[in-house]
Amino acid sequence: MSGDTSGKQKDTRTIKVDYLARVEGEGALYLKIQGNTLEEVKLKIFEPPRFFEGLLRERKFTEAADITSRICGICPVAYQMSAIHAMENACGARVMGSLRELRRLFYCGEWISSHTLHIYMLHAPDFLGYPSAIEMAKDFPEVVERGLQLKKIGNEIMKLMGGREIHPINARIGGFYRLPSPEELAGLRERLMHARDLAFETVKWTGTLTFPQFSQDYTFVALHHPDEYPMNEGRIVSNKGLDIDASEFEAHFEEQHVEHSNALHCVMKPGDKSYHVGPMARYAINFDTLPDEIKQAAQAAGLGRACYNPFQSIIVRAVEVLYAVTEAIRIIDSYTAPKHSAVDIKPRAATGFAVTEAPRGLLYHRYKIDDHGLIENANIVPPTSQNQKMIQDDLSRFVLTCIEQPDEKIQYLCEQAIRNYDPCISCATHFLKLKVDRQ
Amino acid sequence: MISEKPKLAVWKFASCDGCQLSLLDCEDQLLALADHILIANFPEASRAVIDGPYDLSLVEGSITTPDDSERIQMVRRQSKYLISIGACATSGGIQALRNSAKVEELIDMVYASPQYISTLDTSSPISAHVKVDFELRGCPVNKEQLLEVINAFLHQRKPNISPHSVCIECKKRGTPCVMVTQGKPCMGPITQAGCGAICPAYHRSCFGCYGAMESPNTQSLASWMGKLGVANDDIYRMFSAYNVEDPDFKQEGNRHNGDAS
Repeated sequence: MSGDTSGKQKDTRTIKVDYLARVEGEGALYLKIQGNTLEEVKLKIFEPPRFFEGLLRERKFTEAADITSRICGICPVAYQMSAIHAMENACGARVMGSLRELRRLFYCGEWISSHTLHIYMLHAPDFLGYPSAIEMAKDFPEVVERGLQLKKIGNEIMKLMGGREIHPINARIGGFYRLPSPEELAGLRERLMHARDLAFETVKWTGTLTFPQFSQDYTFVALHHPDEYPMNEGRIVSNKGLDIDASEFEAHFEEQHVEHSNALHCVMKPGDKSYHVGPMARYAINFDTLPDEIKQAAQAAGLGRACYNPFQSIIVRAVEVLYAVTEAIRIIDSYTAPKHSAVDIKPRAATGFAVTEAPRGLLYHRYKIDDHGLIENANIVPPTSQNQKMIQDDLSRFVLTCIEQPDEKIQYLCEQAIRNYDPCISCATHFLKLKVDRQ
Repeated sequence: MISEKPKLAVWKFASCDGCQLSLLDCEDQLLALADHILIANFPEASRAVIDGPYDLSLVEGSITTPDDSERIQMVRRQSKYLISIGACATSGGIQALRNSAKVEELIDMVYASPQYISTLDTSSPISAHVKVDFELRGCPVNKEQLLEVINAFLHQRKPNISPHSVCIECKKRGTPCVMVTQGKPCMGPITQAGCGAICPAYHRSCFGCYGAMESPNTQSLASWMGKLGVANDDIYRMFSAYNVEDPDFKQEGNRHNGDAS
């Protein structure tokens, strides 16, 4: 969307984008520049708060997965997985074997679909100079078509494993309501073989884009698992020495409320530092667990063992799509049906914690439930509220690299810099504080 | 810009983005759709915005803030036809659960420093604020139904959206009734069709995410649920979820709410 770049006085320039486009949810950007100095950067989130943590009180522990998936239509699987793992953690249960594998397959679907949406529909138009993928399709039909086809196959996984793509209905505490049949999995496998070609091409193609030079010394935070690229399980690890269990999350991270935003900023203690979650963090922390052919594809597209330029996150997302497709095929090939679609798990009075890797990064859930399985309280920290401070920090440094450009150009580049994080504003705003303005 | 094509706008209020995402999930039809209509204002998909008026506005989300109650009036003024899509827009959504909470309690629940946030004490559907030309139900909407509704309005005909219950879709799909054969309490008999009866086909009972069908017999269903041994609190929760402000669901829910005086 075009922004307001007026307000030009002699030396003070303000650049405003009243409604950020091609992000999920409602946000705005405000920059104040004095001469060649950046005075102020605000990423403003005006998406209305929806108070999910309040709504979860006195609901049943079995309902949390379906209710919290309504926080975000783009990453409902992530909410379902974090909620279910947290409840299982509270009940002292762990689901292993084929059911664990099927959960991973389900999550692969969301990674493919959500990342591909962002790569082709939301982010690529910035690199090629179009307002939207639909406009881009007029000049690059085969590129956009490839994106749509790949995204569709991600959705097909979610549809099979979840019943539908948006707010799936099949995941539950203990497993699933219904298991996929061998025929259904065989059909999906065929589609995934096609997706593999599309995903390889996507990695290659993202490597050909032109990136602003902007590398940052990030504190990356992601799950780490010794045997696999992380989705549902692992310890919370940073590239600067952090290594904790999900239950310790709130001791190391804190949500703070800032005046200009309806979303909380999550910071790392001590010192209230910003940190980076999402594909770049996962990739940097878990590069070693990627299969060799994917490492090679990443390196051929221009990535090292870690990527510090947020504009190149589009390549990292493509690498993760390729990984998710490859992993989905592996899961289908090694699958043996479990005896039951779910294991029976009984509630007990306890607090449960879980962190899983949503497409945009760490998604933390904590629930306290009673003996009957009723929720006493809940806390949810989505990836975008964790990245929000990081986005602002990036902007304040990045603007300095282009401060002499015309306002329209600065605005365009800043929007692109925000989209580097694939921000999901619907997620970041679900929980906020309340002021009642009675009509 | 002069265009012969009808102009489409997509608006978001308090919601999860899922219903408008359904449009981007039409992978096979999206580019063809863009050949026939001008996607004039759809911030989730494009930074280019063409000014109104618009031939068709799709509205996602519920009204929860003073600003949004103003903004929806502006949307209506600019729209020849206005269609609300999804449970938030048609009934206030899951976030309308707060409507029945005591506001003071809710304030205690949601922690500290409220001075930066402005919100109304209820979440209400679009139709509570402006005239709505059609309501497409679902949490989320079904994308085929969404395309059908867009198509119908562009051709000035009535959308072909059946008003019957989910039960009919189970029969069409050949799914054995989960309530009769497995004794699971199911919202299907009183819930508006449209999803394709996914839940029973996945061995799970319907949880009413499309809201009430036309003239539902909620009392009879609730009484059957009671006979199946479902506790009153659980019946309350079944009626009080994704369409809690749907008048039929709300009335039945209130009959089973132990806290209601």
